[in-house]
Amino acid sequence: MTKLQTLPAASGSSPRKDGKSPRRRESPGSLAFSRSARIKGLVKHAILIIVGAVMIYPLLWMVVSSLRPNDLIFREPGLWLESLEMSNYTDGWSALTHPFGHYMINSAIVVLGSILGNLISCSMAAYAFARLQFSGKKIFFGIMLLTIMLPFHVVIVPQYILFSQIGWVNTFWPLIVPKLLATDAFFVFLMVQFIRGIPKDLDEAARIDGAGHPRIFLRVILPLMVPALATTTIFTFIWTWNDFFGALIYLTDPDMFTVPVALRAFVDSQSATSWGSLFAMSIVSLLPVFLVFLFGQRFLIKGIATTGIK
Amino acid sequence: MSAIGELSTMTRRKGPMTKEEKKANGRDNKAAYIFLLPWLIGLVAITVGPMLMSLYLSFTDYNLLQPPEWVGLDNFIRMFGDARLHNSLRVTFTYVLVGVPLQLGVALLIALVLDKGLRGLPFYRSIFYLPSLLGGSVAVAILWKQIFGTTGLVNQVLAMVGIEGPGWISDPNTALGSIILLHVWTFGSPMIIFLAGLRQIPVMYYEAAKVDGATTLQQFWRITLPMLSPIIFFNLVLQIIGSFQSFTQAFIVSGGNGGPSDSTMFFTLYLYQKGFGQFDMGYASAMAWFLLVIIGVFTAINFIASKYWVFYDD
Repeated sequence: MTKLQTLPAASGSSPRKDGKSPRRRESPGSLAFSRSARIKGLVKHAILIIVGAVMIYPLLWMVVSSLRPNDLIFREPGLWLESLEMSNYTDGWSALTHPFGHYMINSAIVVLGSILGNLISCSMAAYAFARLQFSGKKIFFGIMLLTIMLPFHVVIVPQYILFSQIGWVNTFWPLIVPKLLATDAFFVFLMVQFIRGIPKDLDEAARIDGAGHPRIFLRVILPLMVPALATTTIFTFIWTWNDFFGALIYLTDPDMFTVPVALRAFVDSQSATSWGSLFAMSIVSLLPVFLVFLFGQRFLIKGIATTGIK
Repeated sequence: MSAIGELSTMTRRKGPMTKEEKKANGRDNKAAYIFLLPWLIGLVAITVGPMLMSLYLSFTDYNLLQPPEWVGLDNFIRMFGDARLHNSLRVTFTYVLVGVPLQLGVALLIALVLDKGLRGLPFYRSIFYLPSLLGGSVAVAILWKQIFGTTGLVNQVLAMVGIEGPGWISDPNTALGSIILLHVWTFGSPMIIFLAGLRQIPVMYYEAAKVDGATTLQQFWRITLPMLSPIIFFNLVLQIIGSFQSFTQAFIVSGGNGGPSDSTMFFTLYLYQKGFGQFDMGYASAMAWFLLVIIGVFTAINFIASKYWVFYDD
């Protein structure tokens, strides 16, 4: 606080020379001010539009290129299309052992399992941390926060050994079971934060009516924390859909490939002439994430902002 | 409060339990442990158990087929003499120390321009945020591989102004730079955290400063930056921890080998090759613990340094 308190005091002690500068806004000369503000606004918009265009251009170009004949991809930096070439999509769809839809279904299974796992296990843990008093709570809560920051690589080797001994390599279990066990502590924390914001009076009222913790959790807390559940669902969807490392390690059988490992197999197998179909399948793989972004960004942005600050 | 904020207040507050806590203590034990059961099993079986196991394995020679053989400190001594490992550390440090400040700098800059009710804010925010959702995907890594290829988009554009660009990802001098650029491209999510943080700074501070004739720059240095410092700190800690673990982009762009001439051989990529390419699980475990120590040291330095520049309002 010191810095902030000294600032007004320090500058306030020196007498203003003209005495009118802080009032410039209300003075009749406000025309000059609004003009400079408008120029400032224009400059801001110009900066944002340029930065935004540079950022988004590669993505747009990939979409356009996926609709072009192959040889143009390495010659045409522009965005105009002379004809629509759908062959990249049909070729790419059937370029691997299985049609690309097979990998998308695999990904969808892992994604659904992970979402379900995170929703159930993380909300349960969050309820305990946010509402219940129990011995060892502080220590466990501290451990939970620390695991958010634990590098995945420290546990991956023994996890792999464990799952391979159970015979789970080339199944989806190693990717789903950890979510059923609330190992994505980030979401536990997100939900704890959310539950803390729900008035305790509601729990108390339910308790007076004779409800136990399972009832309070299911009937009072869960319905009220739908926004947090939505955020969890959306983030889990995107992270699991994009997850490459886990799938790379556990899924080596092309039957079981999820989209990221299938794409990787495509990159490795492709000859220099099939960039078009590679792009096409990349677009297909990004489409679900893009749709989720389009319809769920409210929750995404809120989720990031709330776990980031309050 | 952020996860990091909570952790630091937990360590700061050492007083006795409050009356309320004492009274309630033990009352819900049974229910609490039932609710915590999945998490507790996960903690033991998926996190802490494997951590201890990997600590043990780091002192062994283990290839998955024969039982682990105790070799003492051999793996760690090997790490001292492993030139490829040293190179992978250099690559990773470069990536983290250049990529993270650059990404956060851009994020802060754009957040500052976006702040204060600019028209079209939701639209801009979406545009800037989208890449950070897509950036971790294999598909975008594939795109990057093309864009920065010898005849890729970047060089096609450069050719229009008469410049012949290098083969960005096939040249050891520029390959890592291309991947760092991919990291900077995903500045959207820290930007959103900055935006939310900026909105929490009370307007009266700025009004008071204006009354006293502070310039925009003074307001930035004396109000915005100190008030935002906890958020900057939070972003810094998270981005550093995350960047040390970067894997997918380097793997796809280099075709899995960390090339050209190991210039994109991230520490995690080398770990993957040792563990899951050569099944040298003992060595990979030792590397993983080394990574944990490095990240721990960086985070500790961050926390210690934060006492000198992070300003808490409470």
